[in-house]
Amino acid sequence: MKNNSLQTSKTVNTVLTYVFLILGAVIMIFPFVWMILTSFKTVAESNAVDPVVIFPSALRWENFTEAVTSLPFLNLYANTALMIFFRVVCAVLFSSMAGYAFAKLEFKGKNLLFGIVLVQMSLPSQIFIIPQYQMVAKMGLANTIFALVFPGIVSAFGVFFLRQTYMGIPKEIGEAAYLDGCNQWQTFYKVMFPLTGTSVAALTIFTAVFAYSDLMWPLVVNSDLNMMTLSSGLATLRGQFSTNFPVLMAGSLLAMLPMVVLYLIFQKQFIEGIATTGGK
Amino acid sequence: MKKNKLSPAARREQNWAYLMVAPTIIGLVVLNLWPFVQTVYTSFCEHLGFGHYRFTGLDNYIQMFQNAEFWRATWNTILFCILTVPVGLFLALLVAMLLNAKIRFKGGFRTIFFLPMVCAPAAVTMVWRFIFNGEYGILNQLFGTRIGWITDPNFVMISCAIVAIWSNIGYDAILLLAGLQNIPKTLYEANSIDGAGPIKQFFTITLPMVSPTLFVVMIMRLMSAVKVYDLIYMMVEETNPAVTSVQSLMYLFYRSSFVAGDRGYGSAIVIWTVLLIGLITVIQFVGQKKWVNYDV
Repeated sequence: MKNNSLQTSKTVNTVLTYVFLILGAVIMIFPFVWMILTSFKTVAESNAVDPVVIFPSALRWENFTEAVTSLPFLNLYANTALMIFFRVVCAVLFSSMAGYAFAKLEFKGKNLLFGIVLVQMSLPSQIFIIPQYQMVAKMGLANTIFALVFPGIVSAFGVFFLRQTYMGIPKEIGEAAYLDGCNQWQTFYKVMFPLTGTSVAALTIFTAVFAYSDLMWPLVVNSDLNMMTLSSGLATLRGQFSTNFPVLMAGSLLAMLPMVVLYLIFQKQFIEGIATTGGK
Repeated sequence: MKKNKLSPAARREQNWAYLMVAPTIIGLVVLNLWPFVQTVYTSFCEHLGFGHYRFTGLDNYIQMFQNAEFWRATWNTILFCILTVPVGLFLALLVAMLLNAKIRFKGGFRTIFFLPMVCAPAAVTMVWRFIFNGEYGILNQLFGTRIGWITDPNFVMISCAIVAIWSNIGYDAILLLAGLQNIPKTLYEANSIDGAGPIKQFFTITLPMVSPTLFVVMIMRLMSAVKVYDLIYMMVEETNPAVTSVQSLMYLFYRSSFVAGDRGYGSAIVIWTVLLIGLITVIQFVGQKKWVNYDV
């Protein structure tokens, strides 16, 4: 008898778990579904309230065409991709080198220099923005890809994160390579660096998603529409089509698409990558 | 005893080390350390235009502390933290616990909850603006209300908080899930033999065991809430009359520094924000002793 009621309460628990999860999933997914549905509607359909029009009467690609003609999307894609590419390369290359040195090598002033890394990590990025902008402006490099990459040339977080990874690699591996006649640089890039694949992937994803989402810096530094990123370009579109929701939704979808597709392909790496870098 | 002379091998190692940290250190000095010093300095200056400054002492700070808009922005920032962090963490913990149960399609649920994380705030806020729209938005139709969710000063903060919670819930849940999975199953088994119900189990086992992870996530979430800018900027444009009811410190910083061009005043706002972050961090680390459990 007791066993039976235990069984029932277990079933009730399982059902409740599913009910809550499905409810949550619906709330999470609804804005995306609504975005897709709206992007195919006419303005009249999207603004209909009594009753609300849920499905567009036809697949109207015109909204996408209009979004593409009002914003130079090809440039925005290219700018965003180049910014992400250079930021990732810089972050991985420089952070790997420094992370290895801080973890495995002995040198004078190590703690002081690592202190600089920690100070940067604990300050909000906005504190650097005005002087960074003035430097870019003084060099006459506003409205360039370089300007977009600029604050991301070094990544203090990357150094901190990869230092931890290198500290987890046994000392003996490096020593063996050293005894085989490798110098410190060869030990690093032939033996140690290849062992950090998972962490490098995590840092890559973290850097890419962060750069892609960033709004303030691209807005400040690149005011020329052709040199904007997807994020800052969308901010412009918002002002231009304040009530034409189908075009706004089409533009947002176009901006989201590349990252969402990458995410759906590399789900495991994205979730694990962001989860490991997130617990910093 | 400290060695003054390094062996040739140790000297070579040291030289390689300097070479390898050089790009990072030079970069940090140029891009971060020096700008930090400059921002502190310019917060005591008046911006004359084109990057020229004149030292004016405490003028910016005096102006700031006498400005109602500034205090409103400070309060908005704190309110945003209060509205988003506790509710967000509670919901994220709930989702993490549900995902930790023996269920099917776990991966599918995880993918869906995490999705907002890979979408730029600029893009997702766009659809929320439509959902919240007072005239045409589906939310009012659904509830039969006539609320101007992003134009009414009384509701605009709640609307932004909802979007923030929605955006971060999956990310926080994934981090908390990792913490939950580290709790040994045997703890629950022993406890349920003792006759403890699920609610008692939550408070006696789950919460204490997950508290270190919860603390890390809370710190992270608080830090990003104090610095909130993009979401509010995209939800509520400067011309929206409700902007003062929701404008955060970083939004005010952006407007002062780059729209109005008053970079000295903008610098003072950033310095104030850093002090606020420091204060919150200290409170958190003092407060954690009361509830975070590191014994296990």
